[in-house]
Amino acid sequence: MKVRIALTVNDELHEALVPVHKTLLEVLREDLGLIGTKHGCELGECGTCTVLVDGKPVLSCLALPLEAEGRRITTIEGLAEGARLHPLQQAFAELGAAQCGYCTPGILLTAAALLSERPGPTRQEVKEALAGNLCRCTGYTKILDAVELAALRMERIRT
Amino acid sequence: MTKNDFAVVGQPLPKVDAWAKVVGETRYADDFFLPRMAYAKLLRSSHAHARIRAIDTARARAVPGVYAVVTGADLPPVKFGILPVSQDEEALCTDKVRMVGDPIAAVAAVDEETAEQACRLIDVTYEAQPALMSIFDSLAHPEVRIHEYGDGPNVHKNVALQFGDVDGALAGADLVREDVFFFEGNTHLPMEQHAAVAQWASDGKLTLWSSTQTPHYVHRVLAKALDTPAAHIRVIATPVGGGFGGKTDPFSHEIVACQLSKLTGRPVKIALTREEVFYTHRGRHPVLMWIKTGFTRRGDITGCHLRTWLDGGAYGSYGVASTFYTGVINPVTYKIPVYKFEGARIFTNKPPCGPKRGHGTPQPRFALECQLDKAAEQLGLDPADLRRRIVAEPFTKTANHLTVTTIGLGECIDKVVEASDWRAKRSRYGVTAAAQGGSREEGSEPPSPKRPGIGIACSAYMTGAGTAIYWNDMPHSGVIVRADRSGGVAILCGATDIGQGSDSVLAYLTAEVLGLEPVDVQVFPADTSLTPVDLGSYSSRVTLMCGMATIQAAGRLRDAIFKAVARKLEVDPAALVARERKIGVSADWDKAVSFARAVELGEAMHGVLAFPGSYAPPKRAGKYKGGGVGPSPCYSYSACVVELTVDEETGVVDLRDVWVAHDVGRALNPLLAEGQVEGSIYMGIGEALMEEQVFRKGLHKQPSMLEYKSPTTLETPEIHTILVETDDPEGPFGAKEVGQGPLLPVIPAIANAIHHALGIRIDEVPITPDKILKALELKRRGKPARVGPERLPLFTFKKPVVVESAFGQPADTIGVRPFQS
Amino acid sequence: MIRLPSFTYLAPRTLAEAARSMAEHGREAMLVAGGTDLYPNMKRRQFEPKVVVGLRGIRELRGVRSENGGWTIGSGTTLSEVSSHAAITRDFPALATAAGLVSSPQLRNMGTIGGNVCVDTRCNYYNQSYEWRKAIGFCMKRDGDICLVAPGSSRCWAVSSSDTAPVLWALGARLRLVGAASERTVPIAALYRDDGIEYLAKQQDEIVADILLPPADGWRSAYLKLRRRGSFDFPVLGVAVAARMDGQLVREARIVLGAVASLPRPAERAAAELVGRRITRELVARVADLAAGPSKPLDNTDFTHPYRKRMTRVFVARALAAIGEFGDGGPPSEEVA
Repeated sequence: MKVRIALTVNDELHEALVPVHKTLLEVLREDLGLIGTKHGCELGECGTCTVLVDGKPVLSCLALPLEAEGRRITTIEGLAEGARLHPLQQAFAELGAAQCGYCTPGILLTAAALLSERPGPTRQEVKEALAGNLCRCTGYTKILDAVELAALRMERIRT
Repeated sequence: MTKNDFAVVGQPLPKVDAWAKVVGETRYADDFFLPRMAYAKLLRSSHAHARIRAIDTARARAVPGVYAVVTGADLPPVKFGILPVSQDEEALCTDKVRMVGDPIAAVAAVDEETAEQACRLIDVTYEAQPALMSIFDSLAHPEVRIHEYGDGPNVHKNVALQFGDVDGALAGADLVREDVFFFEGNTHLPMEQHAAVAQWASDGKLTLWSSTQTPHYVHRVLAKALDTPAAHIRVIATPVGGGFGGKTDPFSHEIVACQLSKLTGRPVKIALTREEVFYTHRGRHPVLMWIKTGFTRRGDITGCHLRTWLDGGAYGSYGVASTFYTGVINPVTYKIPVYKFEGARIFTNKPPCGPKRGHGTPQPRFALECQLDKAAEQLGLDPADLRRRIVAEPFTKTANHLTVTTIGLGECIDKVVEASDWRAKRSRYGVTAAAQGGSREEGSEPPSPKRPGIGIACSAYMTGAGTAIYWNDMPHSGVIVRADRSGGVAILCGATDIGQGSDSVLAYLTAEVLGLEPVDVQVFPADTSLTPVDLGSYSSRVTLMCGMATIQAAGRLRDAIFKAVARKLEVDPAALVARERKIGVSADWDKAVSFARAVELGEAMHGVLAFPGSYAPPKRAGKYKGGGVGPSPCYSYSACVVELTVDEETGVVDLRDVWVAHDVGRALNPLLAEGQVEGSIYMGIGEALMEEQVFRKGLHKQPSMLEYKSPTTLETPEIHTILVETDDPEGPFGAKEVGQGPLLPVIPAIANAIHHALGIRIDEVPITPDKILKALELKRRGKPARVGPERLPLFTFKKPVVVESAFGQPADTIGVRPFQS
Repeated sequence: MIRLPSFTYLAPRTLAEAARSMAEHGREAMLVAGGTDLYPNMKRRQFEPKVVVGLRGIRELRGVRSENGGWTIGSGTTLSEVSSHAAITRDFPALATAAGLVSSPQLRNMGTIGGNVCVDTRCNYYNQSYEWRKAIGFCMKRDGDICLVAPGSSRCWAVSSSDTAPVLWALGARLRLVGAASERTVPIAALYRDDGIEYLAKQQDEIVADILLPPADGWRSAYLKLRRRGSFDFPVLGVAVAARMDGQLVREARIVLGAVASLPRPAERAAAELVGRRITRELVARVADLAAGPSKPLDNTDFTHPYRKRMTRVFVARALAAIGEFGDGGPPSEEVA
């Protein structure tokens, strides 16, 4: 059974006619063309498909678009403000925090949620916030460094 | 050259593809959505070992939305495999399945759901055969044959090499140790599941976009498996979302996607599920090892004899090479005057093993480094000092005839010893210290069950295999550099970026040679119709081989441009330099011309400015059968110290800090080099403590991200990377490998640190809490506090190829190789 | 990608409407709250309900409120909200800990406490894809008729894998169950049955609406979880301990074990041993021995089952030490493994 849904993704309203059982992950990638959202297991076991719903990191592989109607969805395509990169994107690029880059969208979004909720987190807090995002390339080291660098820069902008 | 001579090399620059990756623009294979594209699924075997009696696809074909159904009968009747000597795979099995997950049929349909539903309606009649799920099973049942070829019933490969009089050397030793170790199999687990999109166009030409580390080998296999001229096939490697060796073989799904595209006249995508990735595998071989080494009182090795038994799984893959690699690299690290190696790879009904980061060498490294730790303890020597003493001599040959160039291992050991405060912690922590009350903090009562320990291990790894997968005299890496009148430069190279940053390295080196910024260089990688061949992203070969080819090509371009600029400026070309996007004479820099202008001058003089670069490794294969596996232009070295605690009530290991000092020759970009070290350490930690690919009742026990335990941020310790530079004459600007070597010492360093903490030996990875408690229990009962393999297979190795040891001989000629001029 | 089977999705706005839908569609319908348990299971074809009744739009299920001196948690409250709620962190630290240890941060933003209380029992012969289960011959929990963990057994031994259930049990929580025709409030113990398949003793149409926690006066609690990694993993042993203290003396105590049976398993003899006594090292050792008795794990989760059994004693001792405040096992929120 197909239903018409209206999703607010990256501040833009998208309408689509999709089967009820298609997950948010599938609709973002296959119906809205937002291929920046990746997938590693589709079972909620890796964090790769993380997007923000009302600013909170959730697993798009386990969310139904119907349940996300009327909520604010942010994908990696919406993290930058226009042409201006989010400080996290800048820091990830500068420090080599993206190796293969496949887990990067999910990690950036998770980290963005952390920094908006808790500016200036400790390294342990960053580790805990990112404990639901597997990365096989980096050993997380450069990722943690980059989140700390972005946090520092955001702090400086605020003060 | 010194660091100051470089403009780009040595700088911590962002990767050239970093920006696309952080904004989500990078298109991986599964991100390709082509018009009219069909989606395909593979039907896989539900039996570990069976004859296929019948396949009935009628019900599947009747499903609305199904475009095509194929079985092995619809494909050319050929077998393929990555190695010429092991052509034992079928894209779709025709008469026999050898593991759960073997592909049997495929469906292309309007969407994935329809394809999957139709797959479930294909009826396969099997005649089950006994499943052989271990080395012991397979050797005990020669009457059950997994393959008809090999070096004996269920024996894929049986090798034996001897260099010098090993028995004599062991007889003369002050201490001889014999130890047995087991290394469980594990898998790459790239975050990106394999995917491929094929488009067989109406002009008869085929294009395949695939998540592969080796587009060239995929190209060759497609031609064979599809019986189609290679000239009409184009393979494009998409950016790879993690490989680690798992995307280095040509795969069934790639061939099948092509065939389905041919049949349907549509582009066809096959994207594997996570479970299918576990069946595709090609990961770390489970290896059982016996190692006997002789030592002098001072810790020198007199000789070493190693036996390995590899559990190869259902197919050959890279297995012959893997078998050799379990034996041939250990002698590169330390002075081992005489050496004997016997190895065998056994077929089992499990997903095939192959090359995973460190290919075949982490297992014997674990054995050797744990044994060294035991020997040091017996000899009353500090394990860091013992290793420092026996580091191999640079620019010599090993017992097994490998030429070694620069060796920074001594410095690596010194650096980690110092950075980790090894000496103080070695005496403050550990069982001996605890017995003297040393590890307890004053006044804390009762003592914490968490026991601290610190351990060390070292390793070496090759920088690219000295020989290709198939025998030939052509370049291993080729590059074309083309200058543009705009002042930009394009570089075409078959290299495949799997996240390690090969595209970036090509840009850095080109920019360095031509006095440009990396952003001025456009890299076009991994397209078999467009780019010169590079053999692939495996064996840590890309930076060195593509790098050397790039330096040659860019150098030729520079020479041509210099000639034109020299005429214009009326100076000697030798007086010119290229820097800051200009070319001119340093002393008269005001007259320097812009690079764009220089290109115009060059084009006017020479015509189109496009230059090739080629690289093939020096020909140093040992002159004995099997001598082709192991030689490499140069070897990297690593030393690792691990600090941890072990909870003696729960057996839980908590890693605190890991230090690795790595001899990278030269860090072309220290940021990327560190990233490779950090990633290697991470992967080593997973293998040491929790990752395992294990089976039960003929099936993979846990083919999921949840139950295959990959460490999270919370299990990953603080990592301290120290880069050591030795400026190797074989490498591009002195660079050696860094992508694999640093994994190797991590695993034994953890095992050795656990021994330091508790006085127990876990001679088997992964080192799990229950094994630690078992060893502690043995210790309490006064028995040898060791958990590890208890028996070895009954097996007769081949009569060894006996060759004189080349130990200590001077290295072969350095810096001489094909295509140099 | 592994995808969901098709279904009809209902989005009731009230509890009564939801219960009516469940009654109407009977066994063809399943409830979903956060979706983090049901959807993976559906993707693996462990369930293929024709109708899915979503609870997310029901406002009355959300939130934590103070009632009669205790606290009431709406079942639709997310695990993130429970783990960070000020009153819960203060009065029921073990619950905040347990909720905060469920899977990953993302999953806790989606998953609800009601969902965690009702989480499907798990078994590593069962939480597998359709193709995997077919290859091994299916088990009685889905599509088959034997137990692969204990062949010959007439029952299913899938494991209760909730982190919050043992804690809620130890804290004396009650549940408000709302059905199509009636409503009842029961101790949480009454929700569970010792069967891997029919593990919930509620009617098909009943919805866990609220979790009622009694006043926390004098109660101390701790939860320790055994698992391989600090994230993602389900418990393969959970130890919840709650004790009402009167000065240094224990007046009431409950010890409940998670993930060692098909339901949360109370260690009643062990808990009784605590009552009327001061928590000393000697007592802790005795109680921990007793508590390990009812721990009967089988070989169907991560880690070996003898190890999980053996850890029961260690974890109970550490949890008791934590609430007895002479802790040498770290604070109660620390994961032991």
